[in-house]
Amino acid sequence: MVAVLPSTGSTSGVVGQRKSRTGYFLLLPGMTWLAIFFAIPFVTLFLTSLQAPVAGQSGQYVPAFQISNYSDALVEYWPQFLRSFVYAGIATGLALLIAYPLAYFIAFKAGRWRALMLVLVIAPSFASFLLRTYAWKTILADEGFITSFFNYLHLLPDDRILNTGIAVIAGLTYNFLPFMILPLYAALEKIDPRLLEASNDLYASAFTTFRKVTWPLSLPGVVAGTLLTFIPATGDYINSELLGSTQDRMIGNVIQTNFIEFRDYPTASALSFVLMASILVLVFTYIRRAGTEDLV
Amino acid sequence: MARKENRITHERTKGIPMNSHRPEAIAAIAQGMRSSVSRRRLLQAAGIGGAAMLATACGTSSGDSTEASAAEDMSDTEMLVNWSNWPSYLDTDEETGTYPTLEEFKSATGIDVTYTEDVNDNNEFFAKVRTQLEQGRDIGRDIVVLTDWMAALWIQNGYAQKLDKASIPNSVNLIPRLSAVEFDINRDYTLPWQSGFAGLGYNVPALKSATGKDALVSLDELFDPALKGRITVLSEMRDTMGCILAWLGYNPSDFTDAEFEEAIAALTQQVDNGQIRQVTGNDYIGALDSGDVIAVIGWSGDVIALGEDFGFSLPESGGTLWTDNMLIPSLAQHKKNAEKVMNYYYEPEVAAEVAAWVNYLCPVEGAQAAMENIDPELATSEWIFPSTEILDSAYVFMELSAEQNEAYERLFQKATGN
Repeated sequence: MVAVLPSTGSTSGVVGQRKSRTGYFLLLPGMTWLAIFFAIPFVTLFLTSLQAPVAGQSGQYVPAFQISNYSDALVEYWPQFLRSFVYAGIATGLALLIAYPLAYFIAFKAGRWRALMLVLVIAPSFASFLLRTYAWKTILADEGFITSFFNYLHLLPDDRILNTGIAVIAGLTYNFLPFMILPLYAALEKIDPRLLEASNDLYASAFTTFRKVTWPLSLPGVVAGTLLTFIPATGDYINSELLGSTQDRMIGNVIQTNFIEFRDYPTASALSFVLMASILVLVFTYIRRAGTEDLV
Repeated sequence: MARKENRITHERTKGIPMNSHRPEAIAAIAQGMRSSVSRRRLLQAAGIGGAAMLATACGTSSGDSTEASAAEDMSDTEMLVNWSNWPSYLDTDEETGTYPTLEEFKSATGIDVTYTEDVNDNNEFFAKVRTQLEQGRDIGRDIVVLTDWMAALWIQNGYAQKLDKASIPNSVNLIPRLSAVEFDINRDYTLPWQSGFAGLGYNVPALKSATGKDALVSLDELFDPALKGRITVLSEMRDTMGCILAWLGYNPSDFTDAEFEEAIAALTQQVDNGQIRQVTGNDYIGALDSGDVIAVIGWSGDVIALGEDFGFSLPESGGTLWTDNMLIPSLAQHKKNAEKVMNYYYEPEVAAEVAAWVNYLCPVEGAQAAMENIDPELATSEWIFPSTEILDSAYVFMELSAEQNEAYERLFQKATGN
């Protein structure tokens, strides 16, 4: 713009330049942070994932280009991969079902309780993630009332909830629920109530108003919430470790085992990379389908 | 307990159901242990913070010294010892947070001991210091306490210094059962800190209502369909597989790949049919306490500490016996001082004080007599001062080469869902 308007004199040109430099300058801390804590580890991780073991020396690896690390890891651990996506997917769906009405209520109906309810949503996060997950062991205990209730109805295949996939999914849903509620609330709260009134004035039923006005306008929140829930849930291993059984291991558990127990850093790195790549693919597909490319 | 990992053991035995024999002794032990155990458990819980584990595993050198030539002994000029041990593994004054026996040592010798409870898991600890060891740098510790197989790994890789037994005259007090181990045949590099058993633990009232029995004495009983989904086994490969190998009639101290694979198949079967609910580290304690889990393959001290309603026995076919060993890392700067610490803890009176607090198998001859003055009931505890009969019914797990270890760990992890 400055260039197009040379007649306005050199002063504005200087100001314009300074402005653009300031912009880059402000980027510096963020970029440095990214470089040190993302780019470098990312590259290191990638190089590690291609290393080859030293024969006869457990835990020793040399730089190589061992692509087979990836295929071996996938062949060995595809069940855990699949399970991670399935469990995280179900948990995300459940979280959406629980969070949407709640966020809707907070945004539109809570009135003066709104602030309090938001605090209550966040409050559990003040306690350690780990302790809260431990608490679920007690809540879902075999002799606990929840398990007893479902057993009374003969709804549980194993006569228990704890140490089953159900418990893992419940734990994931619970632990990541606030990450679903908050973006949903933010999106819903921004909706202009006059749009809803207009819809009503035009004789739209409540359901039609929701379908045609509220839901589309809240989509950015839905997308953000599902991503914030699904991505960490897929890589989580604490819920599986504490609430699951040996049949419920997820990819995070496998990565941890490879890293700590086997000292098999290449396989652990390859698994991490595959996890990252598959999440990226899923996320891009999802965002395209959700029609909100402008989010990314 | 809290810890641990591995173990050892050997041969057959008849079940020794502890709870039915000496309830008073157990109650007394439990009493003594309770405070320590609750803390231990908390620590374990904290230790599960996986993020933290990964972080430490990835973290490399935090060493103080970068001089590769640091092997020179600074003991005479620096009256220091840096000692890394497992949590709740040394007598502690709950009120002041100090360690009475250690305080005594400090004032008697003028040597300042920095005692750190930073060994939560053998693999995790090794991951933390590995880079420095490999690069031939001092890890800033003069004594570390590691379980047998990890100690063996350190010795094989040259990460441990030979002890000067002349500076540790009390090392003759080591009980004969532990005086020769495969990985350190003359105990040139290591001295046991404490030992313990892996065997059967059970919740007595829950067991009674599920099966009508008062005690478990064999793995056949552990795998009773009446206990389906109500048992756990240890995530420590050597403990769980040691018990299963013995159950199949093999010798956990000397077995073949085929025998190990057969034992893995037996484990897999119990996992797949839903008999085994979970494979855990220390987590089984809470589940056993709450009754969600009725019986476990677990560690003696943990189970006994739960109280009168809980029983521990070595299976008829045999359990395992593990030891945590003190060793001096290569390039440690205060070797002579470290040896003085070791020598001090091999005095029977001191060892008895430690045993009275940690309640583990005490490796020091004469401590039993010294225990009479501290707590006569503990002096008769079969798990602190086991009889030859009990010792003989526990196997020390076979020493594995690095390749074997990795192969067996992988089989075990695969069988348990990882």
